[in-house]
Amino acid sequence: MAPRLQLSGITKRFPGVVANEAVSFSVAPGEIHALLGENGAGKSTLVKIIYGVQKADEGEIAFDGHAVSIDSPREARALGIGMVFQHFSLFEAMTVLENIALGMDNPPPRRELETAVRDVLETYKLTLDPHRYVHTLSVGERQRIEIVRALLQRPKLLIMDEPTSVLTPQEVEQLFDTLRRLASEGCSILYISHKLHEIKELCESATILRGGKVVATCDPRAESTRSMAELMIGGSLKDLAPREGECSGANRLVVEALSMAGEPPFGTSLADVSFAVRAGEIFGIAGVAGNGQNELLSALSGERADYEGGAITLDDTPITRLSVTGRRVAGLATLPEERNGHAAVPGLSLAENAILSARRRKGLVSGGIIRAGAARRFAAAVIDAFSVKATGPAASAASLSGGNLQKFVMGREIMQEPAVLVVSQPTWGVDAGAASFIRQAMVDLAGKGTAIVVVSQDLDELLEFCDRMAVINGGHLSDAMEVKGISVERVGLLMGGVHGEADHPPATAERAA
Amino acid sequence: MAFVLEPRREPSRAMMLAAPVIAVGLTLVVGALLFTLLGHNGALAVYEIFVRPLFNPYRWQDLLVKAAPLAIIATGLAIGFRANVWNIGAEGQYILGGLAGTGIALATLDLDGGWVLPLMVVAGVVGGMAWAAVPAFLKTRMNVNEILSSLMLNYVAIQLLYYLMRGPWKDPMGFNFPQTAMFSAAQTLPVAVPGTLIHLGIPIAAALALTAWFLIARSITGFQIRVVGLAPRAARYGGFRQSSTVWLALMVGGGMAGLAGILEASGPFGQMVPQFPTGYGYTAIIVAFLGRLNPLGILLAALVLALTYVGGESAQTALGLPSAAAGVFQAMMLFFLLATDILVRYRLAWRRPAAGHPLPAAGQGATKTRAEAATA
Amino acid sequence: MTLALFITILMTVAAAATPLLIAALGELVVEKSGVLNLGVEGMMLIGAVTGFAVASVTGVPAVGAIAAMGAGALAALIFAALTLSLMANQVATGLALTIFGTGVSALLGAPYVGITTTPLGPVFPDALAADPIWRILFGHSPLVYVGLLLTLGVWWFLKHSRPGLILRAVGESDSAAHSIGYPVLKIRYVAVLFGGAMAGLGGCYYSLVLTPMWAERLTAGRGWIAIALVVFASWRPGRVLAGAYLFGAVITLELQAKAAGLNFFAPELLASLPYLATVLVLAIISAGRRGAGTAAPACLGQPFRASA
Repeated sequence: MAPRLQLSGITKRFPGVVANEAVSFSVAPGEIHALLGENGAGKSTLVKIIYGVQKADEGEIAFDGHAVSIDSPREARALGIGMVFQHFSLFEAMTVLENIALGMDNPPPRRELETAVRDVLETYKLTLDPHRYVHTLSVGERQRIEIVRALLQRPKLLIMDEPTSVLTPQEVEQLFDTLRRLASEGCSILYISHKLHEIKELCESATILRGGKVVATCDPRAESTRSMAELMIGGSLKDLAPREGECSGANRLVVEALSMAGEPPFGTSLADVSFAVRAGEIFGIAGVAGNGQNELLSALSGERADYEGGAITLDDTPITRLSVTGRRVAGLATLPEERNGHAAVPGLSLAENAILSARRRKGLVSGGIIRAGAARRFAAAVIDAFSVKATGPAASAASLSGGNLQKFVMGREIMQEPAVLVVSQPTWGVDAGAASFIRQAMVDLAGKGTAIVVVSQDLDELLEFCDRMAVINGGHLSDAMEVKGISVERVGLLMGGVHGEADHPPATAERAA
Repeated sequence: MAFVLEPRREPSRAMMLAAPVIAVGLTLVVGALLFTLLGHNGALAVYEIFVRPLFNPYRWQDLLVKAAPLAIIATGLAIGFRANVWNIGAEGQYILGGLAGTGIALATLDLDGGWVLPLMVVAGVVGGMAWAAVPAFLKTRMNVNEILSSLMLNYVAIQLLYYLMRGPWKDPMGFNFPQTAMFSAAQTLPVAVPGTLIHLGIPIAAALALTAWFLIARSITGFQIRVVGLAPRAARYGGFRQSSTVWLALMVGGGMAGLAGILEASGPFGQMVPQFPTGYGYTAIIVAFLGRLNPLGILLAALVLALTYVGGESAQTALGLPSAAAGVFQAMMLFFLLATDILVRYRLAWRRPAAGHPLPAAGQGATKTRAEAATA
Repeated sequence: MTLALFITILMTVAAAATPLLIAALGELVVEKSGVLNLGVEGMMLIGAVTGFAVASVTGVPAVGAIAAMGAGALAALIFAALTLSLMANQVATGLALTIFGTGVSALLGAPYVGITTTPLGPVFPDALAADPIWRILFGHSPLVYVGLLLTLGVWWFLKHSRPGLILRAVGESDSAAHSIGYPVLKIRYVAVLFGGAMAGLGGCYYSLVLTPMWAERLTAGRGWIAIALVVFASWRPGRVLAGAYLFGAVITLELQAKAAGLNFFAPELLASLPYLATVLVLAIISAGRRGAGTAAPACLGQPFRASA
């Protein structure tokens, strides 16, 4: 039987980088095939080529044995290829039904469409209300819209691009059930991810990409996660160096009953958030995106000062009334989740980006005039200490890769020797080498006595190097838990929280430290 | 195969400087064509407006006199534009500056002393700032778009001018013409170069531009302006408040426009008349862009646009070209600058375009969302 | 106040409101697709001068109105090419278009200053159109009816048609629409051209119905008021209609006060009324909207870059 999808020699170039080079692999009908690779390996580009959003510079695609030229998403859908993007193509101010209608080429009239949608929801046991506005939905529910959209077209090949990075553990299980059901009906699934234990659980075969090239094809059921990881990274994994020094008793950061309205138009309000972090401790805050993390960061950094209640104390000094700069001077460093446009200005040089946050603590301004030389020297020191691949302090932030820019901004904050560091999604979209460097840097900083708060969607990462953690959901923060001996199932339930996720029997065992 | 635009890794410095030059060049060519189509001698019109005045030393003074207010206003506007604060009310702020200074002048008409003129100038600056305070307040407190609010006030300012000229400020000895009395010697802007028309406003314009250039590049306030314009969220992260930046931008813009207003009123006009609004407030917007929002570039751009005024006037008498011709050339310069601007960030290449989506792809890193950064 | 006077006032209000209404509806569609075109004033002037010129030459005012639409669309094409294909800053380009439109219209209109032509007058038979009572329904220029029908049409298009849904989607999230496969730029081009045609049509109202003559800067900033109208109508066609007629009333107030010889208010103050009213209404609307989120299309004013 002809393979459902066959790629031969696919190559795609962008200015300065080859995203895909001579990529070839095939997917059989009804097979669940993984496309593995770390961030920057070329997975998303490849998939966009398959879906017609991009066109390959060289190579051929064959579908069900016939050579095809896929020039647009419409043509891809006509062939029977459906795609659920990592970042949803949804319109927040519209209803679920309108969004589904927009995602289809020839939608039937409203009433028929609604019936068809309810049928699909019923068949695959998905819960969703077609008349709700998208901005009221959780991330997991939004993904379901994308899935329903794809399923309505009766696909022969369904591509899932990093689907689980935004789901609770329970939602992940539900998703896997749906996918297995689909595969059993003959639909092939191309599952893109860098989450190895999920791939082991779900997929029958895997193609591993690194630096744009195929480096291996394997059966995940027969491989270990470690061997696949090493193939992905192309080297041996470095274990996190163990922590030096103990967490001393004194609380460095205390947040009490912090409440604040959500950011318009569709933000989440913070409700009575309280937690405390000791010197040398790494405190994790887990949660799916959109549950108040951005508001929490803004409230802590001082970018928003319109609290409805609460107090923040740093080293026993109240900082609730201090401005952003005031808090920095007091020793609080923060790093928001978006590095381009928030933590750094893409159009400015690294030296100028250093001035952005470090000017007071590092004396980069005197008498209202910028000390350009001092700024350059500080930026150069950061570049050096954090192995940032850049041409120098004059390089524009936009010219750096995601991982390098993240290392730079992280280094910029750490080298200000803060008393407390609050960071959000520190390794999102960052290649594995930079990610482990960043984690190690945080561990070292904690060793020197700084209190660190890490807000992250990546539960695995938090479990790996935090001392205690809490879960944020719907603007509420759970009680803090010790990471040693934590129940992942419990964390998952807390993450699912009030968004009405049905409780599912636990599939993941308790985690031993 | 077709022309496609490919993103550059870093913005091209060469194009940044070349784009305004190319824009002016294209304006001359296309302008000539346009006017020929409209029944005039296009090439001759272009020559008359852009080339003739450059060879006539007497006209150089006119150029400087026309360029000064343009440069002053444009410098103030550029600071605001860089911070993404779109002050379109410079015309009204210019008028209010002139009116405020005139008010002082009328009150001190019979007085003498070296303090009269400086007081008028200060009043002019304050007048412009006060007029700009309205959109600033509306934007920071009520989130009203500053483009609309500042623009509407232009029309109100004109009506205020007409009212004052027709009524309370009319010269009692002026044969009932709607205009004020002529300013006294103590109230007139002195000449900087004796025997010429080059009044004090011209070196003031140059000095202001140089100061502004230095401050934008080297001061922390200039840094604040730039960051707010490039990435407002990063600006807040960096500790710069949005509202104080808006006030700063509008106060500087209004103050400079007001300054230009009183300098014009006490210099070339020597009194206040209903014809006072000459559209400098709008032309200055073009000057600001043509000068790439850089005060040094603005000085050059002001001269180019002054050329359209001076040349346009002489073309009116020499060729019978309507007065609106100057405005058309000015607008075309802005159009062409905006068009050539893309070459700073993109390169023109002759290639096979991507199927179905023959559009420029975003550069690596210059992205808005996490996902795009992740899929580099 | 007699009935006849009351009806006259109402008709004046409709006349004053109509150009604002038509231009604003055009801009509403443009902004719903995510594009901010500030060149409405320039496009209205170009429409006004073209409409007048063509009507003078052909003697048929309706042809002039059609030509005005074409001219407006052509002017909008310049804007579209710069902002959509060359990704120029939309605010600056819109301003440039206004300045250009002001200059070009003055240039083109120079030979036509002082001339009159047949106005685009009432289409119904005199028995109805001139009747003291029935003229309230039948005595308007056809453009008034066009304005009302257009309101209905735009409302239906946006709310109930598929192309309208797609247009709204493009304005909400151009990247999402692009990922699904919709031709974002093509859709925006069409929207911008439509907006230009409407601005042209609204502009020619001044030169073909209201006066009917041509003079430089005939529209006196009404194009800007039309843009403001879209903002405080929260991008809803029904509210644009209400707002346009509200402004029509303010403008009429100025005219009636002058006609009634009310010298109590300085004429300059009355002339400032529409502009002051705009600022006031913007302040009230925007203040009331704070914290409740914005009703603007999410992508308004941002250039679309097809991402890798």
